[in-house]
Amino acid sequence: MSKLVAAAAVRGSHDVVSRVDKRLTQALEKFGEDQEVGFPGTAFYLPMAYALLGAEVETLGGIREVLEETKTFLHEEPTEKLWLPYLSSALDSGIATLLGEEMLAALRYLYGEEPREGWHGFISDTILRSLGIQLVDGRLPGFAAIVGAAPDVETAEYIIRELQKRSILTFLIGNHEGQTMRDQLIEANVLPDDIIENPASGWDIYIVPLGPDTESIIYALNWAMRGALTFGGLVKGDWKGCLDYTRAHIFAFGLGLGTIDDLKYASGAGAINMGFPVICDTEIPEIRPTGVCTYEELVRELDHDKMVQTCVDVRGVKVTVREVDVPVPVAAAFEGETVRRPDMHVEFGGKYSTCFEYLTMRDMDEVTDGKVEVIGPDIDTAEVGSAMPLAIYLEVAGRKMQKDFEGLLERRIHSTANYAHGIFHMGQRDMAWLRVSKDAFAAGWRLRHFGDVIIAELKEEMGAIIDKVQATVITDEDRINEILPQAEAAYRERDERMGEMTDESVDIFYSCALCQSYAPDHICVISPERLGLCGAYNWLDGKAAYEISPHGANQPVEKGRCIDATIGEWEKINEFVRRESHGTVDRVSLYSIMDAPMTSCGCFECILAMLPEANGFMIVNREYTGMTPLGMEFSTLAGTVGGGHQTPGFLGVGRRYVISRKFISADGGLPRLVWMPKELKEDLAEGLQEQAAELSMPELPDQIATEEDAEAINDLVEHLQKVGHPALQMESLL
Amino acid sequence: MKEPSRRSVDSAAQQMIARAAEDQVDLVWDRYEAMQPQCGFGQLGICCRICHMGPCRVDPFGDGPQEGVCGADANAIAARNLVRMIAAGAAAHSDHGRDVALALLEAARNPDSGYKIRDPQKLAVIAQEYGLDTEGKSVPEIAEAVAQQALAEFGQQEGELKFALRAPASRVKVWRERGLMPRGIDREIVELMHQTAMGVDADYRNIIKQGMRAALADGWGGSMIATDLQDVLFGSPQPIRAKTNLGVLKEDHVNIVVHGHEPVLSEMIVEAARDSELLARARELGADGINLAGQCCTGNELLMRKGIPSAGTFLHQELAIMTGAVDAMVVDVQCVMPRLAELTQRFHTQLLTTSRKAKIPHVQHLEFREGQALTTAKEIVSVGVENFANRNGQRVQIPAEQMDLIAGFTAEYVNTLLGGRFRPSYRPLNDAIMTGRIRGVAGVVGCENPQVPQGSGHIAMSKELIKNDVLVVVTGCSALADARAGLLCPEAALEWAGEGLKEVCEAIGMPPVLHVGSCVDNSRILIACTNMVTEGGLGEDISDLPVAGAAPEWMSEKAITIGYYVVASGIYTVFGTPHNVLGAPDLHKLVVDELEEMVGARFDFEPDPIKAAHMMIAHMDKKRAALGLDEMMYEQAAPVATS
Repeated sequence: MSKLVAAAAVRGSHDVVSRVDKRLTQALEKFGEDQEVGFPGTAFYLPMAYALLGAEVETLGGIREVLEETKTFLHEEPTEKLWLPYLSSALDSGIATLLGEEMLAALRYLYGEEPREGWHGFISDTILRSLGIQLVDGRLPGFAAIVGAAPDVETAEYIIRELQKRSILTFLIGNHEGQTMRDQLIEANVLPDDIIENPASGWDIYIVPLGPDTESIIYALNWAMRGALTFGGLVKGDWKGCLDYTRAHIFAFGLGLGTIDDLKYASGAGAINMGFPVICDTEIPEIRPTGVCTYEELVRELDHDKMVQTCVDVRGVKVTVREVDVPVPVAAAFEGETVRRPDMHVEFGGKYSTCFEYLTMRDMDEVTDGKVEVIGPDIDTAEVGSAMPLAIYLEVAGRKMQKDFEGLLERRIHSTANYAHGIFHMGQRDMAWLRVSKDAFAAGWRLRHFGDVIIAELKEEMGAIIDKVQATVITDEDRINEILPQAEAAYRERDERMGEMTDESVDIFYSCALCQSYAPDHICVISPERLGLCGAYNWLDGKAAYEISPHGANQPVEKGRCIDATIGEWEKINEFVRRESHGTVDRVSLYSIMDAPMTSCGCFECILAMLPEANGFMIVNREYTGMTPLGMEFSTLAGTVGGGHQTPGFLGVGRRYVISRKFISADGGLPRLVWMPKELKEDLAEGLQEQAAELSMPELPDQIATEEDAEAINDLVEHLQKVGHPALQMESLL
Repeated sequence: MKEPSRRSVDSAAQQMIARAAEDQVDLVWDRYEAMQPQCGFGQLGICCRICHMGPCRVDPFGDGPQEGVCGADANAIAARNLVRMIAAGAAAHSDHGRDVALALLEAARNPDSGYKIRDPQKLAVIAQEYGLDTEGKSVPEIAEAVAQQALAEFGQQEGELKFALRAPASRVKVWRERGLMPRGIDREIVELMHQTAMGVDADYRNIIKQGMRAALADGWGGSMIATDLQDVLFGSPQPIRAKTNLGVLKEDHVNIVVHGHEPVLSEMIVEAARDSELLARARELGADGINLAGQCCTGNELLMRKGIPSAGTFLHQELAIMTGAVDAMVVDVQCVMPRLAELTQRFHTQLLTTSRKAKIPHVQHLEFREGQALTTAKEIVSVGVENFANRNGQRVQIPAEQMDLIAGFTAEYVNTLLGGRFRPSYRPLNDAIMTGRIRGVAGVVGCENPQVPQGSGHIAMSKELIKNDVLVVVTGCSALADARAGLLCPEAALEWAGEGLKEVCEAIGMPPVLHVGSCVDNSRILIACTNMVTEGGLGEDISDLPVAGAAPEWMSEKAITIGYYVVASGIYTVFGTPHNVLGAPDLHKLVVDELEEMVGARFDFEPDPIKAAHMMIAHMDKKRAALGLDEMMYEQAAPVATS
């Protein structure tokens, strides 16, 4: 019965806390109170302690304080007879365990014992932000934390495939009698051998090995907790808000494989506090009455065939399994998979052959829906490891289809082809690069299957605007050379049209409320010249999404009367934002970072921030882990933006907004940009040069400093003076 | 009727009843039998003694007079009698509340009083509710302001009682629309007395209306103040282990029994019983220590907060004396039988009255004053200790029976119970009801009455309810009766609860029957119901909830008051023996039928506890259907009626 669970959780929590006590005493003796501690890449200190207790732990002394408070959550084991209510003790013990595990992990980092070789360890804030859009658009419907190991390699593979099929991100934690799920999956060839050298590569295939002991579950849970702080706009110490948030918005669950010992029970009790149920494959007592979690809390599922489905049901994860008639499984979880050369049967494009993708709109009677035609030799004729030319030529028709949507639909090829297990896709248009793995080929993958998956995906996702799709997959050189010029002309025409489109040329902008499931008060306004801060949605995407789903997250918003053209403020936009932010944002400008700037959900690609000393702004992208002239790393800086709050002087933006004519135009535009990471600058080089030319400031791109020029503000100002950056001569920002 | 088993279902009580018979001592049951046949007019409610033109009585068979000398008919007469019981009950509980408020004031102003503020958090919550500015104020300063606010509610002439606004908005709306919203605690009671004075109100509906208003002034006023300020002063209860029944008396200890209703004195006696000088004196006299035991609701107060054992219920008061082991019985107010005076004369027991409101001729009176609480308490304990020397060991006969129990549940604690420190919520309870694990929640409360074998109604009803997946909450004598039968042990869920309730109790580790306190603490049930509404999913008003109340063995006026504030709050309630309304057909119809229209709930009368339980369950089923809740998850002993 549940009393056994409570007793185990109580014991587990006492054990963890006493271990922290011991380890901390040693650390204090060695390093002293003021020794700094913390995890890499987070603005949230020890995130669990920060969220639940409001503690900003920076030193060993800080850990000591958290430990003292944690001890107050410890309880006595329920008695044999005449027991006092124990659910509350079990839950409190769970919290004590999570806090204890977090302190242990921080101490291990201090001693340089984490991350362990072949294991990921602590998860940085940046990873959360970069996964943001996948979380909200359903590509990543849930998280699984596997604690323990499967009874055998086959079962391990079966369970992980079931999770991948549903696009569930899986963390591998702990062991069962020394056996880890990570090793089982390496043996099953699900995880590549080099996962040991680079555990972070697991993110691409939705399988991340966190650590070989149960305590490593804290990495998954204090990461989930940061969802509340990052996207939920919740503040430190708002334990109720944070735990309500994780239960309502983060669809995670635990799978206990193998024996469940005291520490696993105690950690599970911690997860249950967060609304994450635990499903085990052994004869454990269940806790089925609902209410702490949304559904059951602790469930037994002895049949491994049913296990993942049980997990999904118990957590209420909304998953859609793609049923496409191709020889390999298709799921978002396979999107990040790469096919390395030794594993490759054949490739197309890259620098090895001609390869392009082209989608064009036709009249209804010109398209035969679902037709896939292959022109040229199939891949069974290819020498293993060789390259073939390829064109994927799609013709679509639909009553609501518009010429403007062609590019958008064409870009879906990238993700769709990647969803197929064993297929690798990069780039787009005539820069595309595809690989088919030996496994996929052996499973029966042939050229026509590209057509099949892409048609299925387009019909599934875009069915509202396209009624018919046909695909022609071509490897015949002559046919390829015949169509390529048409495609190139179309690419140019699209670019020109987009270039002409300005905020003034349209009356309607689009909103994006996709992230409201995570950041309830945040609303994006997307205009032709300012894409969404996640970088994933531009104005055309918004328009198409609205056509596809008229009551969905993207709504047309009439601009209405212009209040201020300089800062980009319109009457009806304000009204809309006021309503959709539930009254938290009164007015919003599109072109100013200083006056009523737009809010952020948390999944921004970059942060713009004011540097008063330089009389300008810096921008930092989330991939950049170094120090910025503001004296904060991206992760720390990100803590000040997000959660749907307006913070003048700080702005979350998409990368490509930098090369828009409307880039903070109210505050001086591109000439105000004084610093950006090198990688970002290189990525945007072409656009920066174009904008600089338009401004008749051809030297500007070179004048913008990078980390190679300066990391500290004083050095930056000196550098700017040296290169004569225009921002220094502009009107004072203050 | 003489055999002990027909007088009580408790074997400890039976032994003492048998002993009394041997010793030719009259007990409450004997006096009840001697009283037979009881006055039929009184039972039917149609005897009027309000003015000196009477006494008048209406002929229930239609042959004789149908109205009193003044012309009041049976409905007016019975209604006036009934609501005067409400007035008395409301006065009793509310005056208790007033005394607690005064004690809080004393605690705030007088650091030497011996009282401490044990729950400053709850104090802060109440201060906020009263709209008090607590910024930069000390705990005693806040306590003083809260006590004054609470006291002001008694004398308030206009407006609305603050705590009544805790009710769900739709309930408050009903009260406002029907003119039931209480204005001031004393005012409603006084107005009720005026309204029922000679030659005032002759409209039984209008009389019942004001009766409900006075009852609400108690339930959401006086009683609630008593509960809340007691929590502030003595600490909010939390689950605690304790024991009950006569077996808690100890042969080798000084036994002091505190009996009555208020914790204001008895809390201090707990302190005094730990006094080293008194303990030394007890040992000097040959005792191993000082054993304090409670009875009735004073006992419940100490049980809930301190785990002090309870020596039994209302009908155990004489039986405790019969053990010959009680060195002092200290009484305060309410439910104290004057007969104790003579009974204690037959043993060495020293009876002490302590309230200026409650004296008994020829009984030693040691008046308790809040200002010298601890000093008085020590004097009282000292009387017991000294009297140990007079105990006649030969006459000591303590039954072995004592039962373990868990007490200490409150409306606030339910949050922690269901979610611990970090997930406090009523959600799991509401979920359990919505998904059909729990069929509903029943409050089984009230007194004991020699008309009914002691405990038979409470225990049978509670067992039948839990068997049908109904979670039971209990107070007062009902709680202790169930406790004697082991229903307050967590193991009881495994033995007696239906499958769904068992699953919930097992998950939480709680008994299927929850002890929520003394009889003033029925106010906790009102708050718990409100919290269930607020949590969501079970309707908009208390009257939408699948809940019911019962008082299967009632006798006190306070029970009538409780019944009326519970019904006026929207909870269907079954009393065992009927109220004294059967001689007034229209009034009877109003009470068991038309009240539903007025306040969303009504009474039923059913002496058979099993049948009564089924009526409560049927009501819950009706509410479940109206809410469109899931079917019950497991097969039910009493199936859901299909209509």
